[in-house]
Amino acid sequence: LLLHLFINLPRPLHSSSHISSMPVFQQELDTKHDKHERLVKLSRDITIESKRTIFLLHRVTSVQVEGVLTEADLKLDGVRLNIRMMLRSSEERTHQFHRAFTPGIQEYVEAVSFHHFIRHRTLISLEEINTKLVFVKEPEDTPEGQQPMGTPQVLTFQVTPTDYLLGVADLTGELMRMCISSVGNGDMDTPFQVSMFLRQIHDGFSYIGNTGPYEVSKKLHTLRQSLSKVEDACYTLKVRGSEIPKHMLADVFSSRTAMMDQDEGMA
Amino acid sequence: MSVTEMFSYIQAFLSADQEIRADVLLQDIRKVVQVLEQTAREILTLLQSVHQPSGFKEIPSKCTKAKELFCTVRTQLGELKNKFPVEQYYRFHEHWRFVLQRLAFLAAFEVYLESACLMTRDEVAQILGIEVVRKKGFHLDVEDYLAGVLIMASELSRLAVNSVTAGDFGRPLRISNELDSGFRLLNLKNDPLRKRYDGLKYDVEKIEVVYDLSIRGLTKEQEAGGNK
Repeated sequence: LLLHLFINLPRPLHSSSHISSMPVFQQELDTKHDKHERLVKLSRDITIESKRTIFLLHRVTSVQVEGVLTEADLKLDGVRLNIRMMLRSSEERTHQFHRAFTPGIQEYVEAVSFHHFIRHRTLISLEEINTKLVFVKEPEDTPEGQQPMGTPQVLTFQVTPTDYLLGVADLTGELMRMCISSVGNGDMDTPFQVSMFLRQIHDGFSYIGNTGPYEVSKKLHTLRQSLSKVEDACYTLKVRGSEIPKHMLADVFSSRTAMMDQDEGMA
Repeated sequence: MSVTEMFSYIQAFLSADQEIRADVLLQDIRKVVQVLEQTAREILTLLQSVHQPSGFKEIPSKCTKAKELFCTVRTQLGELKNKFPVEQYYRFHEHWRFVLQRLAFLAAFEVYLESACLMTRDEVAQILGIEVVRKKGFHLDVEDYLAGVLIMASELSRLAVNSVTAGDFGRPLRISNELDSGFRLLNLKNDPLRKRYDGLKYDVEKIEVVYDLSIRGLTKEQEAGGNK
């Protein structure tokens, strides 16, 4: 019986090339996962810094606009450095890693367009955003031992139209806040400017409608809410602006917005 | 640029993008993938018949047939390659991911039946007529290859049961054990690949049961142990 057993032992394999390549696969997978994690981390930093910039911009009052804008610009420079770092590890494979950094990029678009609106009262274009994301290539950017070309090269980060749209959609929420707080500061012009601008953006989004990506349609709902708040505020100003003393306007609005904010989870 | 202008610019871009996605490119990709899936099913049907008691004797002829079908696969994958710009591989990856994993499995399984050895990623890519290195063109992503190998493991556990029935003892055991120790070297994330790998230990276990039975000469009782 024993003999019979040995005869029937499995034949040895020719070569287990598969197993010898496992360490290679391990490395390949680890590299990919690491890259993904790095990008997620960078994206988080970008999100945090952009949010802080937005809070800073909310502290703008008509008195010290320039100072705040300059400070915000410095902050955004820091964010752009982070975007540059992302480029270093994900160039040309944006489709593979896009999910890792899209939240950060949207937040950046929001901050940059907010900054732009406060300064120029217009909507920053996608192109204007992208021109600020062109960086000169440095030696340490060249990945994995490729030889850099003779000419000085550039690294460009391209914000996709979808990320741009989603960022602009988030901007509307900030504009609504700005509108309400400017009323509180006794500023009678900003609310009307914001309301006009918001209406244009809302019309733009309606124009795109559901031809856009799915996330855009989701944001449209929130956008409508923000718009109606701003329009209500302007209405109240128009109708009762002559009746209510300025220092009391703030109370009128804060109670209104408090009620409205309850049913909405603004990030 | 006014707000209206900006939005119509984006709109134009989106509809162009959608054009690409919905109409031309994607339709094309889907069509080719469908044909590929059809071929893959044919190969699968062909190779699955080795589980029949009589199937073991016919393995060589079945492999020859399968090889012919892989020629068709190569042609069809060649078509797929020409459907989109190569640097956008990962943009559409999801659309052929499934079929590519199945094809990797079929290629590996065919070679196993023929020579009882495991295939490297390069060999699988060669059979499918695609690249291994991303930069060179349409390639076999490492995760897809590994997924294919795991599909094969569960197929082998079935084969183990049936080969014992047919009187061929324990051949697949080594392969599965090797696979298991091989996969243990990987640091997987919580993704589909991980899920699939978690199923591997059951396959290994099952084969070991069958093997134990077979070396104890208890093949008569394997009906009880090997049945699902």
